[in-house]
Amino acid sequence: MTTSSTTPSRWRALTRHHLFWPVAVLILLLLVNVPFTPDFFSVRMADGHLYGSLVSIVLFGSPLILVAVGMTLVIATGGIDLSVGAVVAITGALACSYISDQNDQGALSGVLLAMGLGLLAAVVCGLWNGFLVARMGIQPIIATLIIMVAGRGVAQLITDGQIITINSEPYKLIGGGYWLTLPFSIFVVAAVVAVTVALTRRTALGLLVEAVGGNAEASRLVGIRSRRIKIMVYMFCALCAGIAGLMISSNTSAADGNNAGLWIELDAILAVVIGGTSLLGGRFSIGGTVVGALVIQTLTTTIYTIGVPTQTNLVFKAAVVIVVCLLQSPKFRAKVFGAKFAARFAAKGGAKPAAAAADPAAATEAAPKMEVS
Amino acid sequence: MSATTQSPTASDSRTPSPSRAARLLGDRRLPVAVTALLFLLMYGGGLARYQYYGFAEPQVFLNLFIDNGYLLVAAVGVTFVILSGGIDLSVGSMIGFTTMFTAWLVERQGLPLLVVVPMALAVGALGGFLMGYVIHNFEIQPFIVTLAGLFLFRGLCLVISKESISISDSTVSSLAQAQASLGAGFLSIGAIVSLVVLAVAFYVLHYTRFGRRVYAIGGNEQSAMLMGLPQGGTKIAVYTVSGFCSALAGLLFTLYIQSGDPLHATGMELDAIAAVVIGGTLLTGGSGYVLGTLFGVLVLGLIKSIIQFEGTLSSWWTKIATGVLLCTFILVQRFMTTRKKA
Repeated sequence: MTTSSTTPSRWRALTRHHLFWPVAVLILLLLVNVPFTPDFFSVRMADGHLYGSLVSIVLFGSPLILVAVGMTLVIATGGIDLSVGAVVAITGALACSYISDQNDQGALSGVLLAMGLGLLAAVVCGLWNGFLVARMGIQPIIATLIIMVAGRGVAQLITDGQIITINSEPYKLIGGGYWLTLPFSIFVVAAVVAVTVALTRRTALGLLVEAVGGNAEASRLVGIRSRRIKIMVYMFCALCAGIAGLMISSNTSAADGNNAGLWIELDAILAVVIGGTSLLGGRFSIGGTVVGALVIQTLTTTIYTIGVPTQTNLVFKAAVVIVVCLLQSPKFRAKVFGAKFAARFAAKGGAKPAAAAADPAAATEAAPKMEVS
Repeated sequence: MSATTQSPTASDSRTPSPSRAARLLGDRRLPVAVTALLFLLMYGGGLARYQYYGFAEPQVFLNLFIDNGYLLVAAVGVTFVILSGGIDLSVGSMIGFTTMFTAWLVERQGLPLLVVVPMALAVGALGGFLMGYVIHNFEIQPFIVTLAGLFLFRGLCLVISKESISISDSTVSSLAQAQASLGAGFLSIGAIVSLVVLAVAFYVLHYTRFGRRVYAIGGNEQSAMLMGLPQGGTKIAVYTVSGFCSALAGLLFTLYIQSGDPLHATGMELDAIAAVVIGGTLLTGGSGYVLGTLFGVLVLGLIKSIIQFEGTLSSWWTKIATGVLLCTFILVQRFMTTRKKA
């Protein structure tokens, strides 16, 4: 780190910032669009709403951001939640089927009750996951697999295998409505992110989560109720997924038990990884996750706008996952970049937790390759 | 690791002295026996309920193998991986990719099936090998590597074609319709291949050096390494086997539906993992039997047939029932392992 360099220290400080590379990738991806759609950055007013590519990226990316934020905390405790896609489907199905049974679908009280029901179901799913992981000590992948499998069945059971369509103005607001010229879902996302950041960074909660992820046993010995923290984190993740589920079903005014939130868990994990949160747990960055989710949504949009066949989207995502993970692996860095590079990080790792040391390098090298993909 | 084959009958404790009961409960073969018992109970229940609807016909039983042959092959591959303490999420995509790849080569490129089959198997094995290589050499969690594999193969499916390709090749259709008569009923080629795969896997896991290494690494990787077992090679081989089995399952699936579709077998990895877990293999690795996987697949298949016989129950009940069974078996496993430690 103290190697002599000609770059000014401010630049170094900037590139060392954990959000630098995710943000750089996001900006690069956005710039790639400009030659193909020259008015990419223009935002115009129509009917009192703001329209533009940037607005729609945030709008379509908002369910993913929500799910990814919840997933970040779960991953920070060293776990993983595969059930979020199913939770999205269940919440949407429950809310929509309740609304469709009402005589007056536009009644605010009915809509609020429906949303409450959906979110309650989501939290119960999260409680179940947390119970299995924290109390029963089952591996998180497997514990959440149960709801991933059964949850879609439950969602289809609720909708009776049909796609329930509803016509409710108040319900439409959360996922497809506008408020103060901006899509309403942006405000929902902003609120959730703000609350999460406040809770984790202004209180000791974030530190506790990281402690549990770093070493659950050690944190328990220090006196942290690691089980309770874990259950809480899974419930929070499910709640976020539930809000995303309401958003998705409200945007389409329909609940589809089969396809709502399909593969969103994979996208969410990807967003978390791109954002620089280590899959090993013990460290997280909400800001990084938000940027990561935006990167994924921008990637999808970019693939549409530059005319590459959309089906290659998944291949790109696979390439990104592989590259990011390889670069997070200390062994890979040692092999590819040589012993000197590895030693530098090993030295750094002595002062900081290993995961923290692993990360900047990951992001550093991930960036150029991600741009290629 | 004694390689005992018979699933023991759980009812031979006539004079249950505590130590004997404890020994019985601690027996590694117990989960397999429980699953087999569950299968028999479900089958008996089906017989009692649908006796006038032809449930008793031997063909109904044989159809379990015909309709789930591909799942059995995939689950056998996953058994290897889970026994070694890993996990493979790329199975479903690999199956989908193989159907697509085969259909594309046979229909669009006009290659004979005899050339396409080895190619598809080689691609599957290579995919598995690469994942195993990355998992072992760079010490990345198997979960995330195979997740990338899931993305990659599903993406490659879509790159080949967005639409499904139906196969009208005469060799394929004659193979698909070939039946081996068994007196009371018949088996399809897919079912026979899957049983052969099961037999081979059984032999490999219980009677070869490689099989013992798989168990040893799954049981305790550290000790296996200290014993001097070639850990890396085994790990890579396990994922290669899984990739190969997935590709083979994909071929059987192609025979079964005679088309390639980019969305074929979505989520099949979960079915395969569920079958393995229900079959009594410990998710932490090192303990389980490939025979249990057979019963796991049969139980899942039986749920499907019962739902068909019931007529009014809809397909989503399959998912719910699978989830409930999965949960029960995981909890049972959990209790068994905690008692063993105590």
